[in-house]
Amino acid sequence: MSESDVAMTESTWSGGALPYAISSKKLGMWLFIVADSITFGAMLVAYAYLRVASPDWPIPFKFNPSIINATVMTFVLLSSSITMVAAVQAAKEGRVRACVGWMAATMFGGVLFDILHIREWLGLIHEGVRLFQNPWGSPLFGASFFSLTGLHMTHVTLGVIYLAVVAIGFGRKKFSADDVEISGLYWHFVDLVWMFIFPLVYLISARLR
Amino acid sequence: MDHEAAPSAVHHHSPPQGFIWKYIFSLDHKVIGKQYYFLSLLAVITGMVLSWLMRLHLAWGTAAIPLLDKLSPNGAPGGVMTPEYYLSLMTLHGTIMVFFVLTTAPQAGFGNYILPIQIGAEDMAFPRLNMLSFWVTFVSFVTLVSSLFVSDGPPISGWTAYAPLSALGSAGGPGLGRGQILWALAIATFCVGSLLGALNFIATTIDLRAKGMTLSRLPLTCWAWFITAILSLLAFAVLLPACVLLILDHIGGTSFFIPAGLVVSDALQPHAGGSPLLWQHLFWFFGHPEVYIAIVPGLGIVSNVLACTCRKPLLSYRVLVGCMIAIAFLSFTVWGHHMFLSGMSPYSGLTFSVPTLFITIPAAIVCLIWLGTVYGAKLRLNTFGLFAIGFISVFLTGGLSGFFLAQPSIDTYLHATYFVVGHFHFVMGVAAIFGMFTGTYFWFPKMFGRMMNETLGKIHFWLTFIGVYCIFMPMHYLGFAGNVRRYAAFTDDYMLPLIPVHKFITVAALTTGAVQLIFIFNLFWSMFRGKLASANPWEATELEWSTPSPPPFDNFGGQHPVVYRPPYEYNVEGATAEFIPQFTPDPVIKA
Repeated sequence: MSESDVAMTESTWSGGALPYAISSKKLGMWLFIVADSITFGAMLVAYAYLRVASPDWPIPFKFNPSIINATVMTFVLLSSSITMVAAVQAAKEGRVRACVGWMAATMFGGVLFDILHIREWLGLIHEGVRLFQNPWGSPLFGASFFSLTGLHMTHVTLGVIYLAVVAIGFGRKKFSADDVEISGLYWHFVDLVWMFIFPLVYLISARLR
Repeated sequence: MDHEAAPSAVHHHSPPQGFIWKYIFSLDHKVIGKQYYFLSLLAVITGMVLSWLMRLHLAWGTAAIPLLDKLSPNGAPGGVMTPEYYLSLMTLHGTIMVFFVLTTAPQAGFGNYILPIQIGAEDMAFPRLNMLSFWVTFVSFVTLVSSLFVSDGPPISGWTAYAPLSALGSAGGPGLGRGQILWALAIATFCVGSLLGALNFIATTIDLRAKGMTLSRLPLTCWAWFITAILSLLAFAVLLPACVLLILDHIGGTSFFIPAGLVVSDALQPHAGGSPLLWQHLFWFFGHPEVYIAIVPGLGIVSNVLACTCRKPLLSYRVLVGCMIAIAFLSFTVWGHHMFLSGMSPYSGLTFSVPTLFITIPAAIVCLIWLGTVYGAKLRLNTFGLFAIGFISVFLTGGLSGFFLAQPSIDTYLHATYFVVGHFHFVMGVAAIFGMFTGTYFWFPKMFGRMMNETLGKIHFWLTFIGVYCIFMPMHYLGFAGNVRRYAAFTDDYMLPLIPVHKFITVAALTTGAVQLIFIFNLFWSMFRGKLASANPWEATELEWSTPSPPPFDNFGGQHPVVYRPPYEYNVEGATAEFIPQFTPDPVIKA
């Protein structure tokens, strides 16, 4: 190090500052998202590995009802991301009632997604799909389908609870607009993960006749 | 918007009152660091006792070990362990040592205690999360050890839990039912604790550095903990779903890791369709970075301590940081070198072999920087300095045998022999343990406010140093002679002449283990009876030495430290003092 380094420089990374100009909480959420996307990545890789290694992998989804249902689910989840954006915007502008309202709409989207998803699950279970067997081919179809979508559904459900806590807290002025934004990050992440699961689990397993 | 929140605003909580909030559910990073340290100490003693039992059995296979039949009447009838029970103990030894010692103490123990102080922060970024990570880790340890006491003991599938053995359930052998589920639960829980810890470490290092603590002024320990935290965040996130899938194979009836048509004990298994190789891929994608999670904090601690021992700046700070980053990055590209003989395509073997050999380049540069720093230095050889130099020795020894194993053609012969056991015990086990000893002798005055006994420390070092070479060096010869690992007894003709070597190793292991009593005595005796420590007994330069020993609750007594210079300014030309701490303002340096 030369003496020029000894002189105090006021750069972002020189300490005493938050380098990304975000709170530690928000940075923490981003790091959580990194770890969680690796977890989903590992699940998707495992699914791909098993699918490629199994000669009798079933292609069970019919356009009606499975693909239609999954498309509606995708639409609902994507719409809930839009309402979340509106909630974050309202929170930043200090419009508490509007923010809580938009968050309620987001939660409604999450719950609707869960309901449609459970309907989908029940339909498949009715057709005979279990964790360890199915009528069409490799038993791993059921195992990987239920574990992947189950992991995602858990994320949506926990997300709804998380949003409820933040919305109530924001309504009572216990949480800041920053906290709303952080919960929004999580919600968008859950949404984004679905955009990988939808094509990789549903669309490439669809019979289009 | 609270973008302007000052970093120091994190320490929301005030000093706790009452025993429970002060010492058990404490939010203070210093208490949590010590909790991790003592959890590791408990774990390392447990793991070491297990290894003694295994060594005794390997050298004297028919001798009865007292009390063992009380612990497990089925596993060791009459005190002589069955081959299966040997494997159970081996699984537990490996799992405890890798997760609860090598992963826990250097990062979560020392890192928790020292990192915030070294960067001038009052606490970690998320104190509550920090407490949670410790208690999650603690629950994980209890879950793992409880497998000793369930019906048929811990699983026999090794710390790597290779499928299909680990996924079959009790049909596969002792411990594979409930024991294996407990193992998978414990490891999944451990992953959660480590992920929370890693997140906290990264956020702390990025956000809470004191004014003037630029990245290029971070002590190398902080760099090491930061890099290790990134490795943990990415690696444990893969092991977690792998463990969940393994648990599903046990209780959900799935067969992710069990192939079709598997016959065990003449019974066709009901599972079908999965791939045992998938487990190996998921496990080693975590498992190889894990090796560096264990060793990188050691690299940092040794570099930090070496500058203080040699009383001069490290040869090249920037190159050293670059090498640690390079090692960490490469660690994600080499997991397949654990799987050369797994049935993977031989072409994949080559792709994994090349980056493995590449790792030797940054690792060699790190060693050269250390040696270049030691060269011509006026050493102040305290116990921690001896252990730091000992670290270089065992790290090099273990690294050299890595050359052999990195090449698929040679590994074909050496894989699953004692050569591998010797290799990883040197480079990962003993090296990391030496890093922990270095850290203990170096930071003990800061952590406990008293000095350790130097004479006992030096005796401890020399006996341990000679001891570990006596234990692990002969294993390389055993490997060349074709002595397979994971066997409970060596009854084949060609292995019988090797028994005397095993007896020598066992005697060395028991002796070296006994030597650790000197350390334990020194640790606890000094904690209460040692000489009181001054704020900076080693005349070192980092921020932790600016505050009293032990530091007050908020680390700096309400002050906000400011950093003026790089970390290792010993014997700087033109300076008026022999060493210039980081918190010394400018004018002192320019005479």
